[in-house]
Amino acid sequence: MTTLVEPPVKEAPVEKPPRRRPSRGAGKTMRAGWLTYAIMVVAVLVSAFPFYWTIVAASRSNADLAQVPPSLLPGPNLMANFEAVMEEADIGLALLNSLIVSGSITVGTVLCCTLAGFAFAKLRFRGRGALLALTVGTMMIPPQLGVIPLFMVIAKLEWVNQLQSVILPGLVSAFGVFFMRQFLVQTLPDELIEAARVDGASSARIFWSIVVPIARPGMAVLGLLTFMAAWNDFFWPIVALSSQNPTVQVALRQLGGGYVQDQSVIMAGTLLGTLPVLLVFGLLGRQIVGGIMQGAVKG
Amino acid sequence: MSIVAPEEPPATTAVAGAVRRPPRAPAVRRFAKSAGPYAYIAPFFTLFAAFGLFPLVYTAFVSLYRVELQTPGQMEWRGFGNYAALFTDEFFWLSLRNTFTIGVLSTVPQLVMALGLAHLLNYKLRGRTFFRTAMLLPYATSVAAATLVFAQLFGRDFGLINYVLRLVGFGPVDWQTGTVASQIAVSTIVIWRWTGYNALIYLAGMQSIPTELYEAAEMDGASRWRQFLHVTLPGLRPTIVFTAVVSTIGATQLFGEPLLFEGSVSGGISHQYQTLGLYMYEQGWGFFHLGRAAAIAWVMFLLIVVLVGANALVARRRLRKEAGR
Repeated sequence: MTTLVEPPVKEAPVEKPPRRRPSRGAGKTMRAGWLTYAIMVVAVLVSAFPFYWTIVAASRSNADLAQVPPSLLPGPNLMANFEAVMEEADIGLALLNSLIVSGSITVGTVLCCTLAGFAFAKLRFRGRGALLALTVGTMMIPPQLGVIPLFMVIAKLEWVNQLQSVILPGLVSAFGVFFMRQFLVQTLPDELIEAARVDGASSARIFWSIVVPIARPGMAVLGLLTFMAAWNDFFWPIVALSSQNPTVQVALRQLGGGYVQDQSVIMAGTLLGTLPVLLVFGLLGRQIVGGIMQGAVKG
Repeated sequence: MSIVAPEEPPATTAVAGAVRRPPRAPAVRRFAKSAGPYAYIAPFFTLFAAFGLFPLVYTAFVSLYRVELQTPGQMEWRGFGNYAALFTDEFFWLSLRNTFTIGVLSTVPQLVMALGLAHLLNYKLRGRTFFRTAMLLPYATSVAAATLVFAQLFGRDFGLINYVLRLVGFGPVDWQTGTVASQIAVSTIVIWRWTGYNALIYLAGMQSIPTELYEAAEMDGASRWRQFLHVTLPGLRPTIVFTAVVSTIGATQLFGEPLLFEGSVSGGISHQYQTLGLYMYEQGWGFFHLGRAAAIAWVMFLLIVVLVGANALVARRRLRKEAGR
């Protein structure tokens, strides 16, 4: 994990010293004034406030929330609201299901995409260009447009309400293939594969002992982005699953659907459903920022 | 496996000049043949064909049939009947219009603010990792969570936003029933979630603009504002087109925000903020008409193709204009 890709950000300070007048000039050499900091702080507050408010609302009673002026500090009802939401929306099961679904999708996607990305980056075969074009071309088409046939298929397989109906379609990531291809084109030298080949390594061996170790930083970033996307995916899970076997997003949809009137209970559910992904973000936020900025430059 | 013999001893491949050898990596090519590169792409393409490509194509087929949710196995030929029914439904046109207005209301401020924030983030900044990470925080939340929180904040009687508005002297706004107000509220959720993400994309683009361009502009006496206008913006053009395309696609299929804002599939009492995505869900899973829903999906697909095409066209024309100058 410590070998994660350094975001391009890091390069900026390295090339800075030779610049003569750090106080003037544009872009990388321009120093920020107090106004910049002020705007930044406001932006951060706007970004963070809804999270704070979730905590406040989740720890109060419904009556507190209907007060004018509203209370802006956390209250004592957090645990009671957690218990209520566990009962009313089965958030416990939802968290477990989301963990299973997002975990499987992450592992499967990273594996499939690394395999395919390696083939597209380093192997020559008939139809390579066309297949890559097909992959990249459909990258922009939202999967939401294919939900109706997909639903008919899982209805036929009697997979409705079962986790595999969400996991299997979630494994398809054209972006991931493209991302891993770009990563391996840049980091994996042809000579290394050649040398291993000469030493008589089998293709499986080459993949596991040479390609995977080199691809690992890219795989980690792709894994992070995939996990967050899978955890937060909304449309397909609410179609394929129901409140009997929900993921977190399905449970939240049920909470917001008017069955539960108690606002503080709804906020408690929202807090529980958001905590895991916030935890990931808190621990690995820097890597996620780097991954997004890198994907942007390459894409 | 052991048929391939290298023409040269492996040691020479390490020589610096070997990298430039014209018949690049013949061993790799032969290895590829023997190992079957198709084995590497097979897992992805099997899933891709089954769960990515097939549903997309088959949607067009389904849209020509009557298919009901309770009996997805029975299909009855309808020709273009689903489309005809669609085009005579006033709520289809309403949701099309809502999708467009909410799309503009959410995309334009979002991208403009992202551009401004990226410009500031590009300064030499203390604690910039913190600022960047904090601004990406909304991106980490799900649509569902963000919408539930904002629905609360936008509450008519006890919402915090109306409370603040009342403090500064504006009457309480009915964020649910008013057409414009509800669309602004829904757009706000989109803006909140995606501005930081787009700012980081712009920042990445800004950092790939060579510093020499700024130095040259400065030597010509260009002010900071002119530098932004004549160096930063042209350098960012591909990035801006990219974010515009991605945001357009996102806006076209907007679904979770309008669904959970009040929790109804109709997008407000008088459908005032129902989007195409929500309309599709209402037809398919509210009224059980899967065939009709497929027709809506296909209309959305065509809409995306047209909008992305228009985006590309505008970008290319501007580029040509620039080159002609």
